[in-house]
Amino acid sequence: MFRPTKGGGASAWLSPGEVSLLRTLVVPVMELLNDPARPAPPAEPAPAPDGTATPDDLFADLEKMFNETSAEPPEAPADPVLARLLPDAYQDDPEAAGEFRKYTESSLREAKKYFAQMLLETLPPKGGRVKLTADQARDWLRALNDVRLMFGVRLEVTEDFEEQLTSLDPKDPRVAAFQVYGWLGEVQESLVRAIAR
Amino acid sequence: MSVAPAEVDLPRSADEVTPEKPWLTIVWNDPINLMSYVTYVFEHVFGYPRLKAEKLMLDVHHKGKAVVASGSREAMERNVEVLHGYGLWATVRQDT
Repeated sequence: MFRPTKGGGASAWLSPGEVSLLRTLVVPVMELLNDPARPAPPAEPAPAPDGTATPDDLFADLEKMFNETSAEPPEAPADPVLARLLPDAYQDDPEAAGEFRKYTESSLREAKKYFAQMLLETLPPKGGRVKLTADQARDWLRALNDVRLMFGVRLEVTEDFEEQLTSLDPKDPRVAAFQVYGWLGEVQESLVRAIAR
Repeated sequence: MSVAPAEVDLPRSADEVTPEKPWLTIVWNDPINLMSYVTYVFEHVFGYPRLKAEKLMLDVHHKGKAVVASGSREAMERNVEVLHGYGLWATVRQDT
């Protein structure tokens, strides 16, 4: 699948089906990170990854600044996938975890959305060769990992994922999801190997 | 790292300024992250040589968790923030 390229990047040939599958899988991660039911907590206004700010962003930033003084430190997300994507930084100290989250969750969400966006933008629209620089490959790894975390948490995978798959009834609706999860692991593994020093 | 989020100066109360014990960055085992990927992350985030990164990854895998770095609280919080960006399950605590 992925092979190393000069300069520390990687390239792979993707079929139209693989491109459309990747797109279909990455979009829900972005939607989850945008979850309107749980807006990002007030935080230090962070510049967009591309450095631009639209008027909407400015209003949002101002609102955040006004809210910041009164807002309680946020708790971990209730959705198990979101809780895994945005975990607590302190295990037995809710106060420190909330304080950390207050200052970092918003930028972590933005970073993860940026990795997902980078993957979507570098996909060849109708299939073909995807050629990644070293930086883009690192963004792809993180975006792929977030998709795998989403699947893994929803499917409650264990380290014996192959056994889980073979023990499922072939008619079980989760079979396809398990297979996609396995395929994502192969894609990520090949990309890690292609860019590892 | 190119994607480390901007550093944030977190307010600290006076009694936390000079901790006696170092702070630790801990990575926890999970069944989803690939072993090769976790090794890669340790190499790239901490600049560890391959062998050290692999040993830490195996510690996480077999023991359920491993201390991957120690130092100031601020530095450990930055580590955790970067590791969360990579999807690793990382936490901070003070050494006991």
